[in-house]
Amino acid sequence: MTEARRAPETPTMEMTSNKEVLRRIEYTGDMLLNMGPQHPSTHGVINFLVQTDGEVMKRAIPEVGYLHRSLEKIGEKVTYNGYMPYTDRVDYITAMCANQGYAMAVERLLAVTVPKRAEYCRTIATELNRISSHLVSLGTMAMDVGAVTPFPYALREREFINDLLEELCGARLTYNYLRIGGVAYDLPEGYAEKLVTFLDHFEKILPEFNRLITYNEIFVQRLAGLAPISPEMAIDYCLVGPNLRASGVKFDVRKDIPYSIYPEVQFEVPVGRGEVGVTGDSWDRFWVRCEEMRQSCRILRQCVAQIPKGEVMAKMPRKIKMTEGLEAYSRIESSRGDMQYYVVAGAGENAYRVKVRTGSFTAMGIIDVLSRGLMIADLVALIASLDVVAPEIDR
Amino acid sequence: MTPEEIQQVLAGKFGESVGALQPAKQDPWVLVKPAAIAEVCAFLKTDPRTRMDSLMNLTAVDWPKRNQIDVIYHLFSYAHRHVFILKVQLDRAAPAVPTVEGVWKAADWLEREQFDLLGVEFTGHPDLRRIMLPDDWVGHPLRKDYQEGADYHHISTTRESPLDGFVRLDELKKRAAAKSAEAAAAQAAPAHAPAPAKKEMPS
Repeated sequence: MTEARRAPETPTMEMTSNKEVLRRIEYTGDMLLNMGPQHPSTHGVINFLVQTDGEVMKRAIPEVGYLHRSLEKIGEKVTYNGYMPYTDRVDYITAMCANQGYAMAVERLLAVTVPKRAEYCRTIATELNRISSHLVSLGTMAMDVGAVTPFPYALREREFINDLLEELCGARLTYNYLRIGGVAYDLPEGYAEKLVTFLDHFEKILPEFNRLITYNEIFVQRLAGLAPISPEMAIDYCLVGPNLRASGVKFDVRKDIPYSIYPEVQFEVPVGRGEVGVTGDSWDRFWVRCEEMRQSCRILRQCVAQIPKGEVMAKMPRKIKMTEGLEAYSRIESSRGDMQYYVVAGAGENAYRVKVRTGSFTAMGIIDVLSRGLMIADLVALIASLDVVAPEIDR
Repeated sequence: MTPEEIQQVLAGKFGESVGALQPAKQDPWVLVKPAAIAEVCAFLKTDPRTRMDSLMNLTAVDWPKRNQIDVIYHLFSYAHRHVFILKVQLDRAAPAVPTVEGVWKAADWLEREQFDLLGVEFTGHPDLRRIMLPDDWVGHPLRKDYQEGADYHHISTTRESPLDGFVRLDELKKRAAAKSAEAAAAQAAPAHAPAPAKKEMPS
């Protein structure tokens, strides 16, 4: 067992503005490094103010907001249906899940029941998207800690998924596939066979991927015991999704607060066990994502077998109008965890308030505490293991 | 526990500070007096019956008509798997509510975000500064009466619509035809006649 690498708690400083943060760090005589905003391993435009004394960090303060596109304000300005393409931009790596969260929130407001076939189409789309998102996450994480080879391998598989999703909805990144009340298009002819062919191929790739990187001795040495998060701490900081499960909390929205057709399919929820180090370390977060891809394949196979015939859109009014003050929230399991939309209906055709709570946003809040006492090189591994996506943080 | 049971537990403990359960269409919620929110949250977290160990979401909504700002707390219990929603109503002129950062660490960033975008002050927060927008930004954009400044550090916040220069194709054809007709007329006319004014083509 590798020992946990974590620093003792240091007292927090009272701060009023970013300038004050800089001034206080300068005052201590430590070195101040700006890691970012343009840095290859911060997964987007994020800045880290790293207060360091040599190679060991005293703390890294995340500075976010560089990608703030005021998506919540836009949600108040456009119609319910018109907001759907914007939700793609909340999290462009898993646009399907971001679509689904918003669609489900508005459907709850309208009390619309989505046709069964549409729910299956949604699940096929989101699970494919989950695999492709995890492939990006795992590939870039390996690259961040120095293994360049797995990244093109992961992206090669993602290309197949992109092709499949392109056939489904015509887009490869920002899909805009889901609609309020269903999905835009039915599965094309012969889609199920293509999907099964891909799954046959991909399920053989997964053990290969594990041999190449997950159980690679150097990789394990690099990540085992690095920045472990205890279950209590993970819940306290509102970590969600794979990050939470890596800490040993068996919670998956798909399983525990079932939505869509997830009660009808069988799958396991992998949790971190500290196989090579401490439970909740960076390696566990990597491994949980690998396992989730396998489970997504299982779900996809069942979806293909069970999908019923029928409509893919519920009967919807041309213009969605609601009374002011109605409110609903939805929770879905995005590939970055429990994603929540809170929608308050307005008097006209627009929402009054849209709030998106994303997994990356809360995950960033924990970096300040976790970074204390880590090496600077480990900060890169930590950020990658939390799988933060900058547009999802800033929205 | 169902929301009704949780509300009864809260009403028994805090009395008048906790309102009745509001039967919303989807998710019932409970109104809490702003001064009591931190204690109510701490109680909900520690009491073995409720064990709300996670603050899932913290939202603020601006209501100029009612002259108030609502702050909404979505709580979730990983131990019991139940959800509960609290609301506080604040005066719009000076919205201030005690922080729950001491109860859940997740509140740190969630409160900073609402402070930044709606200007709700969370008293007692250890590090209340803007998170999405720059430090010197003026105003809180998610307020309903927010007016965007014309520029920020001499960078214009508006731009001309790129669609303004575009013309429909048949309109372009019409203009081209008119131009060639003019040219033909100019050729037929005597040489000393003034040349027709040049029409500017849209870019």
